[in-house]
Amino acid sequence: MLALEQFLTLAAILFAIGLYGALTKKNIIIVLVSVELMLSAVNINLLAFSRYGFVPSINGQVFTLFAMVIAACEVAVGLAILISLYRNRNTTNVRDQDLMKW
Amino acid sequence: MVKYAWLVPLFPLVAYLLLFVLGRRAQEGIVTAISVLASLASFVVSLLIINEVSNVGATAPYLFDWLTIGSYTLTMGYEVTALNAMMLVVVTFVATLVLLFSKGYMHDDERFVVFYQYLMLFIFSMLGLVISPNLLQVYIFWELVGLCSFLLVGFWYFKPEAAAAAKKSFVVTRIGDVGFFIGIMLLFVATGTFEYTGVFQAIEAKQFLIDWMSPDAFITLVAILIFIGAIGKSAQFPLHTWLPDAMEGPTPVSALIHAATMVAAGVYLVARAFPIFEASPDALTVIGIIGAITAILAALMGLTQNDIKRVVAYSTISQLGYMMMALGVSAYVASVFHLMTHAFFKALLFLAAGAVIYAVHHNQDIRSMGGLWKKLPITGWTFLIGALALSGIPPFSGFWSKDEILLGAWESGNMLLFGLGLLAAFCTAFYIFRVFFMTFTGEFRGEKEVYDHAHDPGPVMTIPLVLLAIMAGVVGLLNSPVTGYSFEHFLTHDGHVGQIHEPQLWLAILATVVALAGIGLAYLMYKSKSINPESLANGPLRPLYLLSYNKFYLDEIYHYVIVKPFVAIAHVLNFIDKWIVDGIVHLAGEGTYVSALGLKYAYNGQVQTYGLITIIGTVILLALGMYAIGGGVFGL
Repeated sequence: MLALEQFLTLAAILFAIGLYGALTKKNIIIVLVSVELMLSAVNINLLAFSRYGFVPSINGQVFTLFAMVIAACEVAVGLAILISLYRNRNTTNVRDQDLMKW
Repeated sequence: MVKYAWLVPLFPLVAYLLLFVLGRRAQEGIVTAISVLASLASFVVSLLIINEVSNVGATAPYLFDWLTIGSYTLTMGYEVTALNAMMLVVVTFVATLVLLFSKGYMHDDERFVVFYQYLMLFIFSMLGLVISPNLLQVYIFWELVGLCSFLLVGFWYFKPEAAAAAKKSFVVTRIGDVGFFIGIMLLFVATGTFEYTGVFQAIEAKQFLIDWMSPDAFITLVAILIFIGAIGKSAQFPLHTWLPDAMEGPTPVSALIHAATMVAAGVYLVARAFPIFEASPDALTVIGIIGAITAILAALMGLTQNDIKRVVAYSTISQLGYMMMALGVSAYVASVFHLMTHAFFKALLFLAAGAVIYAVHHNQDIRSMGGLWKKLPITGWTFLIGALALSGIPPFSGFWSKDEILLGAWESGNMLLFGLGLLAAFCTAFYIFRVFFMTFTGEFRGEKEVYDHAHDPGPVMTIPLVLLAIMAGVVGLLNSPVTGYSFEHFLTHDGHVGQIHEPQLWLAILATVVALAGIGLAYLMYKSKSINPESLANGPLRPLYLLSYNKFYLDEIYHYVIVKPFVAIAHVLNFIDKWIVDGIVHLAGEGTYVSALGLKYAYNGQVQTYGLITIIGTVILLALGMYAIGGGVFGL
């Protein structure tokens, strides 16, 4: 049978992959995608607790919907920043943005 | 009037402040007028005071509370005794004359006003010292006087010798002051008070608040410590080396400070605190011996000096030795009497020397003088009177006072001291008349132009000379059969030690003969040239001559044995201070800087790096938090 731990494990693995991508990838678009992945992982966590948690309720699913909406807005803003960055710096390489270096 | 004794030091202090306000560009006449008026006012008040004291006797000190620390209250105030009153008169009299004299001597000096300021400050300090009723106040004024001496000796500070001399005078007297202060503190711990009256009571009763020393040994210790202060200030052996060097200062300074007043402060202290010394025969012996050694040593050193002021300086040291010796044989009156007469004739000698120096354009070497008697009659006569007084020729003042000291030494049974005193008297007469003959008689040995221009100085300088000459001639009679020993009665009728006086004619004759012999030898060697000084100096007596001329090599000994090691230690300490102590402080600063310098490399501008470090930190915090709660992480 499917239990809580399996869902949580999946979410953890997805979160870790997203984190790795956000911290390591050179391309800003991939970083954005990784951030989305992290958000998705969190959503899975919420849903798992909604179904298999200690006090199963519908709250988790409602919250997930909210999170998805927020994620969409955040992606819009993130892409806007990305486009602005590309227009000014002509690159999407994260490594090149080091103006705040010592 | 005794109630107003505080006015006496106040007038000079007010004058000092006034001069300070007037500033550097004040007119010489106004400056002198203010100073002389203030000093004269103090003199008049002193005369009134001494008149009252001789009629009424000493009065209780006037004290007021100054500072309360814990259960003890420090008091300040003033008191007047016969001794004080006499000192007040002498100091103000000599001070007024020196102030007058300085107008001529320091004419056209750039820092004329500053000179007078320092002089007024000194006069204030000295007068304050004299009327202090407790040892702490004495110490305060003692140091003030030392400061003024430093300022005045180093008045021409741009001359390196003057600056060095000022430093030397201050440091050497400071050594004495350390002993003095330790003595004061020990007395305070043992008797609970600084006041003279309280201390004397405790000493008489031999009741002390300490038990780690027997009363007799303690009194001796304290007496010797206080005497160490007097050794420094009064230029006794072995702390006498500063006084000859202090001649770098202007001559009026030498006359006032290093002849009549400041150096007398040591003698004054021993006299004022005499009950402490009386209670300890050992201390008195030490005082007597050191006084006698100083007297003869300085006299021997003065025999061969060529600077006119230096000879007089050694003479001062020698005469101070006499005073100490007199105190050492409990000849209190003789010592104080000699202090008084010495103030007059020594100030006279210094001022006359100053007039001579002024006349020959500030050349002080007697080898280039001579034959000035015709050119400087007033100076010559006054110098002669001073020299006669110093040598102890009757009827001048020095005879009466020196005779009393020798009488005291004889009556105490101490033949060594008596003999040394007599020998020093011979040397004294010899060296001062050597100077007299070489300066005023014979042919001028300097440049002809200087000789042609030499003349007696103006009245502002000659009036003090004449007045002092009168005093040097006459004041000795105050303690002579002529006035019925009135000085002694004056000094002792407030209940202190005195001597029954039987004038010993044989001693008076002996002393006079010895002095005349000294003068005669000087005459033979320097006036009639019957004995050639050169051949004596270069012949069999050469080692003695060298010893005397080089001041018994004491300066050199001190330099190699004391100064050099201290300077080496000072260098080491300086190194420690600069590199180790300061180093630690700098290390703290530099360490912070260097570590920051290293840390800055963490900022590489990469957001992902920042994010990584944040995540790592968060994980650590989470782990710590879970461990703290007690849940454990993976079974830890």
